[in-house]
Amino acid sequence: MGSLRIVPILLLLASPALAQTYGLGRAPTAAELAQGITISPTGVGLPPGHGTAAEGAVLYTQKLCVVCHGPAGVGGVTKAPNLQAKKGPGVDAWDRGGGGDGIPVKAPDATIVFDFIRRGMPLGNEGILTPDEVYSLTAYLLAINKIIPEDEVLDQNNLAQIKMPIGNEWARVPDWKPRAPRLAGYPY
Amino acid sequence: MMDPKPSSRRELLKGAALAVGTVAAGASVSKIAFAQTPASGPATAPPSYAANEAPMVAASDDVIAYGVRSHYVTSKRIPALGRPSPDDFGLEFHVATPLQDSVGTIQASSLHYAATTKGSFIPDIDPARHTLMIDGLVGRPRIFTMADLKRFPSVTQFHFIECAGNNHSAADRTVQESHGLTSNAEWTGVLLSTLLEECGLQHEATWFVAEGAEEVKGASTMPINKAMTDVIVAYGMNGEPLRPQQGFPVRLIVPGFEGIFNTKWLRHIKAVDQYQLNMNDFGHLQRSPVNAALGYQIGPKSVITYPSGGQKLPEPGWYEITGLAWSGGGAVRKVEVSTDDGRSWKDAKLKGTPHPMAHTRFGYMWNWDGGEHVILSRTTDAIGQVQPTREEVAKALGVPYTPKFRVPGTNNTIMPWRIARDGSVTNGLA
Ligand code: HEC
Repeated sequence: MGSLRIVPILLLLASPALAQTYGLGRAPTAAELAQGITISPTGVGLPPGHGTAAEGAVLYTQKLCVVCHGPAGVGGVTKAPNLQAKKGPGVDAWDRGGGGDGIPVKAPDATIVFDFIRRGMPLGNEGILTPDEVYSLTAYLLAINKIIPEDEVLDQNNLAQIKMPIGNEWARVPDWKPRAPRLAGYPY
Repeated sequence: MMDPKPSSRRELLKGAALAVGTVAAGASVSKIAFAQTPASGPATAPPSYAANEAPMVAASDDVIAYGVRSHYVTSKRIPALGRPSPDDFGLEFHVATPLQDSVGTIQASSLHYAATTKGSFIPDIDPARHTLMIDGLVGRPRIFTMADLKRFPSVTQFHFIECAGNNHSAADRTVQESHGLTSNAEWTGVLLSTLLEECGLQHEATWFVAEGAEEVKGASTMPINKAMTDVIVAYGMNGEPLRPQQGFPVRLIVPGFEGIFNTKWLRHIKAVDQYQLNMNDFGHLQRSPVNAALGYQIGPKSVITYPSGGQKLPEPGWYEITGLAWSGGGAVRKVEVSTDDGRSWKDAKLKGTPHPMAHTRFGYMWNWDGGEHVILSRTTDAIGQVQPTREEVAKALGVPYTPKFRVPGTNNTIMPWRIARDGSVTNGLA
């Protein structure tokens, strides 16, 4: 019966409650926690706000997106990719063409389009956009790619609900384990 | 000790004074002497016992304070992947390390390869003001200062970092161009698992997101299993604080994962229960599960750094073929060298103790007969993964092997160098 007695001990050892702690650091304030900009594909962490494609179209010029990416996301200068895919609905998301990583079309979730603009654009002037402006620009890019209707209002509650053209056609990263090959049966 | 070479030192100072001629009175002698180039230049006179009598140079404040390398050593990093660094705006993109000149396994911090996701300025962070926030699925979200981080138990580990773009091809002339986006260093910091336990990591957490403080706030998603295994929140590199290009004051080291995961200028870690494609993850979006699986951890890889492209063997005779081997799967177990384009293989000597997910130096003594040879290296890691040829990868994946075939994930295939009769070394893929 010795083994039965060991079980609870093993459970205790595996419990993070027993992990050594040092009492270092301090609790973040609510304001600090709110500054985090990481958002989940289901929309957890999205800032309150809203915007439409029409508002986005104005901002697209005002915030100089048009200078790099071209009118309606086509034929931009510098190395900026097209933001409007060459082919529209009815064509597989992987084959619509466009430029760059094809984020407005190939993103599995609309939250990713929002996140990319908020973190990385406008290039050279990152971080200047308010949440409303990011919602509007996201709506604009999704509308010119015919993913949402022109008049849809995007906000923190419906952004993650948008059905993106890629659907389920993308590969999930497999579970990672230490000392395991990268791919079962692949010897290299 | 009294000056042992009074005559040569006096001559040097005299020579320096003559050389500068009209230099304003009051210029310090040490500055003049420091700028001296020896009379017998390196290329003109052959090596000789007499030449061992070198000019004696007065030390400058800089030499005393931080040291400088010999002006005869000119090894440099170069911009990589076809994009200038710095570019017209001053952004740093990808910068390759001069592997052809490397010895041992540690890359000098000043020469360690550097990369930013999409081109980035280098944040000038005041460590006294920088913090790391950990939140999400933890019982006790925390903000740590740099001083806090240094009070936790520290670890010191050798690890390589390699950019997924370290993709050798026929166009590369040197090993710096073909393989220069990897380097190895000694990293010191606190295990991420220690910090996550401090914060009371919850069971539901399956992934974590790490975010840097550069202008695009680059963020990557990684498995929590990895965090709890060996990820380091590192503040030290090769015995001193990180350099700004390496993420000063604090970065992640994610042993064996593609370079982009090793988040620099680390400011935020969030434990989450869903994979999320962040700014830096988008490049990993794949249609095929095979490509997704191979684009994460780096496979077993090695390359000969001497003799390599652009170098020349002066005459037939003995040489040590040497290079580096590494793997994202564990320590290097074995390296083999071929001098006949893969028809036969010999075990190379491993220099020192191979460490998990770290560069290991290998060497193989070879008596070059003056003929044409294609030389290769191939490594096997601790979990038995073997470095493949391009053809073997295509075969294993069941796809046609054509010149255009692209190895999924970080290209870890065997690199050939061709040695011509005149001793010159060129890319064997060309
Ligand atoms: C100075 C030029 C410049 C400006 C201004 C600019 N961008 Fe970009 N944008 C780029 C470049 C270059 C890329 C390619 C990725 C990178 O380097 O970050 C890019 C990428 C993107 C992408 C991802 C495209 C893809 O599929 O990979 C989106 C979306 C985007 N920009 C939106 C915007 C929006 C919205 C604005 C205005 C708020 C804007 N950009 C302003 C240069 C610019």
